[in-house]
Amino acid sequence: MKVATIAGRAVHVDDEGFLTVYGEWDEDLAETLAARIGIELTDAHWKALRFLRDDYRSQGETATLRRVSVVGGIPTRQLFTLFPKKPAKKMAYIAGLPKPRGCV
Amino acid sequence: MTVHAEPAVIPDFDGGTAGRKLAIICSKGNLDMAYPGLVLANAALGEGVETHLFFTFWGFDMITKSRMRDLKFTPLGNTATHLPQGLGGLPGMTAVATRQMKRQIAEAGVPEVPEFLAQIADSGGHLWACRMSADMLHLDEGDLCAEVEGIISAADFIEKTDGAQLLFI
Repeated sequence: MKVATIAGRAVHVDDEGFLTVYGEWDEDLAETLAARIGIELTDAHWKALRFLRDDYRSQGETATLRRVSVVGGIPTRQLFTLFPKKPAKKMAYIAGLPKPRGCV
Repeated sequence: MTVHAEPAVIPDFDGGTAGRKLAIICSKGNLDMAYPGLVLANAALGEGVETHLFFTFWGFDMITKSRMRDLKFTPLGNTATHLPQGLGGLPGMTAVATRQMKRQIAEAGVPEVPEFLAQIADSGGHLWACRMSADMLHLDEGDLCAEVEGIISAADFIEKTDGAQLLFI
């Protein structure tokens, strides 16, 4: 596990740049992570990110797109608009979580 | 903290081949053979890959409203179930095996076929029905689920998927 500096603070990341320690994330850091991949966070983004954070805390793994839409109540189409092309991975990155491991 | 901090890597979300396309031909109507195409289409769309599915022959059952909720699984002729083959032919065995497989699929958090197709369409996937199959079965757009964009010829599908990687299932 590497330590990297993002927004002036040291955080643990994996080889691809995803944060690996749940507690090292906060909402300020999310703004920086989002900006690094060209996304400006709106309330709609935050709804998805907060669901992801809460769900990870209770489930111990990152929600898949299907789970965000079915359990989190955010339509799939909207997720593709908010986090274009690779919504599941982009959401996980900004939320400071590992990539989802589920297939569906 | 006395660790050595490196500049942070940004995940390569724009990596991969630009304009990558995937074409999936779904030609089977068994419950177990419906899922591979759906799972792979869903995965490809989640990776930003333009994805087209072509439903043909028995695969038509996957998109036909009257049948799509009622796909079946049989252990007959399938040695991977590791059951005696004679068992698969007993009356009621297809229903039992289908129920069991549907339960396992649901427990894995994977939707039934109609919901899965809706999710694929919502993710930007394109669903196409085969003209020849529609003609053979005397079906038209009204018989197919709403997510199907059109009934097209094999030639049209080949044209739409120019340059795509192709999976035949």
